[in-house]
Amino acid sequence: MTKSPPALRIGVDVGGTHTDSVLMAGRRVVREFKTATTADVTTGVVTALREAAHAAEGPVARVVIGTTHFTNAVLTGAGLSRVAALRIGLPASASLPPFCDWPQGLARRVRGPVMQVAGGHECDGRPIAPLDETGIARVGRSLRHEGIRDVAVSAVFSPLDGRGEARAAEILREEHPEARITESRELGRIGLLGRENAGLLNAALRPLAARVMRAFADAMETAGIRAPLLIARNDGTVARVPAAAAYPVLSLSSGPTNSMTGAAFLSGVSEAVVVDVGGTTTDIGYLRAGFPREAPREVVIGGVRTLFRMPDLLSIALGGGSLVTRNGGAVGPGSVGYRLIEKGRVFGGDILTATDCGVAAGWARIGDARRVAALSSAVTRRFARAVRERIEESVDRMKPDAAARSLLAVGGGAFLIPERTPGVSERVDVPHASVANAVGAAIARIGGETDRVFHGVGREEAFRRATEEAEAGAVAAGADPTALEVVEREDLPLAYLPGDARRVRVRVVG
Amino acid sequence: MRGSGRELSALEIEDLAAGAWILGAGGGGNPYHALLNLRAETARGFRAEVIPAAALGDEDLVAVVSTMGAPLVGEERLPDPEVAARPVRILAERLGRDFAAVMSLEIGGANALQSFMVAARTGLPVVDADCMGRAFPEAQMTTFAIAGLRNYPFCLADIRDNVVIVERAASWQWQERLGRVAVTEVGSIAATAKAPRTGREIKDHAVLGSVSRAIRIGAARRRAKAAGSDPVAAVLASESGLRLFTGKVSDIARRTTRGFLRGKARISGLGPDRGASLELHFQNEFAAAFRDGRPVATTPEILCVVESATGEALGTEVIAYGQRVEVIALDVPFALKTPPALELVGPRAFGFDLDFRSLFPAS
Repeated sequence: MTKSPPALRIGVDVGGTHTDSVLMAGRRVVREFKTATTADVTTGVVTALREAAHAAEGPVARVVIGTTHFTNAVLTGAGLSRVAALRIGLPASASLPPFCDWPQGLARRVRGPVMQVAGGHECDGRPIAPLDETGIARVGRSLRHEGIRDVAVSAVFSPLDGRGEARAAEILREEHPEARITESRELGRIGLLGRENAGLLNAALRPLAARVMRAFADAMETAGIRAPLLIARNDGTVARVPAAAAYPVLSLSSGPTNSMTGAAFLSGVSEAVVVDVGGTTTDIGYLRAGFPREAPREVVIGGVRTLFRMPDLLSIALGGGSLVTRNGGAVGPGSVGYRLIEKGRVFGGDILTATDCGVAAGWARIGDARRVAALSSAVTRRFARAVRERIEESVDRMKPDAAARSLLAVGGGAFLIPERTPGVSERVDVPHASVANAVGAAIARIGGETDRVFHGVGREEAFRRATEEAEAGAVAAGADPTALEVVEREDLPLAYLPGDARRVRVRVVG
Repeated sequence: MRGSGRELSALEIEDLAAGAWILGAGGGGNPYHALLNLRAETARGFRAEVIPAAALGDEDLVAVVSTMGAPLVGEERLPDPEVAARPVRILAERLGRDFAAVMSLEIGGANALQSFMVAARTGLPVVDADCMGRAFPEAQMTTFAIAGLRNYPFCLADIRDNVVIVERAASWQWQERLGRVAVTEVGSIAATAKAPRTGREIKDHAVLGSVSRAIRIGAARRRAKAAGSDPVAAVLASESGLRLFTGKVSDIARRTTRGFLRGKARISGLGPDRGASLELHFQNEFAAAFRDGRPVATTPEILCVVESATGEALGTEVIAYGQRVEVIALDVPFALKTPPALELVGPRAFGFDLDFRSLFPAS
């Protein structure tokens, strides 16, 4: 029997300034490539795809693209569509309608008709009021009449009982077949406004997501690659295009996530603090079993407080381009960013940056070290202390407890990370670190996740049902039903709720 | 009664919420949703009027209000001014008398804003007072209970048209017990109006000036942040508070039992406290602090954990490993420190076999 050659995969990460790509043969990085991100979606992606595919000796088994498009859209408000909000729960929560805590600018762009109808559930599973089906049908007709297609539906305690949201979506589709409906419980957990906000953002991103997906498909065709296209999500998994287009918020922050899963893959370390030092900021995250830990609470995106699955990331204003002032005592928050290579002293510029001080301190050999030779050792000492304190504190905050953990150093400014940090057992320099994000995309598997509250069933039964749902989600996202594997399962009894309530989280990949 | 106090600005409402969160001593519930409601009411033209207790006539009747229920339920069943006002209206009907003003049960946490939500819909002024001076986990932990005042009638209303009036209850504990049953039935959250108080009772037994105090704390923190100076120092200067400890959270253990969040947090010293360690015990709120095993601060004085960089108070449910914090102590009125008061709110009421020792010289 002959051993078949390892499958070829292409991973692409479209970032704010750079688009990175890799070609991988099994676990080996065959080719890595960086190009500038272009204003149109396709050009940069076509270049990145071509460069990676060029090195392929054989057919490419799949292409995974991770993109920052959706994050940028939320941050700038550009490209978001107007959304109708339907909340089910009257007479509860009436005084704080959907969009009530959005920043005004973004709300003006996104807020369409806002409606509240009777229904929803109590924390013990009883209905608050009978579901107002007539009212929902009326909403559906008026939205069809107004030509509003993007709708976010939320219901009080829908993570406990989702039937209200599901029935509402059914009625809306009957009345308004063109409607694209986001149901809050498919995204978020207990916490009505945060979960609803995640749904509203998702609905607002769907038309853009559809356009971006089409552009990626075009780019594949232009680059002449015939392979299944998958889209990176923010939990370290991937989904087929239809699922990715339906849930764009699950791809928010997929860039930092890919960087972390890529670093885990490239270093072989699956439990660690990951420190990714860029030009302006440093992202610190925590890897558990090779996947980024999820944020435990609300995450504010573009001023909107959301409560759904997002990677737990701490961003600090420290990077290779950070301005160094106060004789080395202050590093950042200002930065020359991507203009480091013209403004930094070692590159012939006249602005003192973290990279210049790092070169002066002997941490890195970049540019012309003679241009910083005159920097006094007092300045470099103060600089070193300032950087060390910031990184030390941030690493500490992202660790789950006091036990020593590995630190994975990633990013162009990784030389700023001290050799020794208290509470860190070893600093691991990740090979191919500058394209860890594209590697993370290339190696990701199709995933499914359930994270909801079960009520009045035992622990084992709750796990069984949650696993079934997660598996169904993975298959819907394109996974092979015969190759599913549970990678994480945990439960949390909710002592604050009456009855036997527990939050159960199961993740499967395939 | 309206017209004898002063109107709060929108900014003061923000300060009130921030200050109330600090006075919550790590508990009391985050005022975020109540604040959203008040922002909306303010945008519609509502101006809260705060009156000093001295402006009340001895025979005037004051409604004492709160939201009662499970904190997690409050994340889905959001507070609503209309619902908050309902038990006040119904109790007035039942008594056959109008209330002259409204007051919050506790100034710590979300309930500090309850009186303002009621005010938005009833037009009543808010008394610059409460009956805890902070947040406490149980209803009998009030200056009114300490003074042995009558604990009934008690009124509870839900989002539908369900109202329960407890006409009489044998004790504050019985009132709490009967109330809990009703709250659970209506969805584990309800708006309440506790036993009405006369102007005389407020003047003699409430914690006076607590609304002003919360606003002052919030404003001190906001101004320091805007000026780029230390927000924690500003709060301490404003309240003659004490900085007990500086350090990082190095261990945290939590468990929920019978609706209470209990546990302890260990803080490892940094800067001036390097080498020392502080253990904080909590039951919803922070209740006692031990420095290297020795008790240094206990309830009823307010223990508060704030993030060093931002001055943001950390709730007992969100405190986590690695956070850089200051542990501060704020004083409470003497009425909470008398021997009968300490039986209800002192360290022994929270299960610590300790005598209360004040951090603040008697004023």
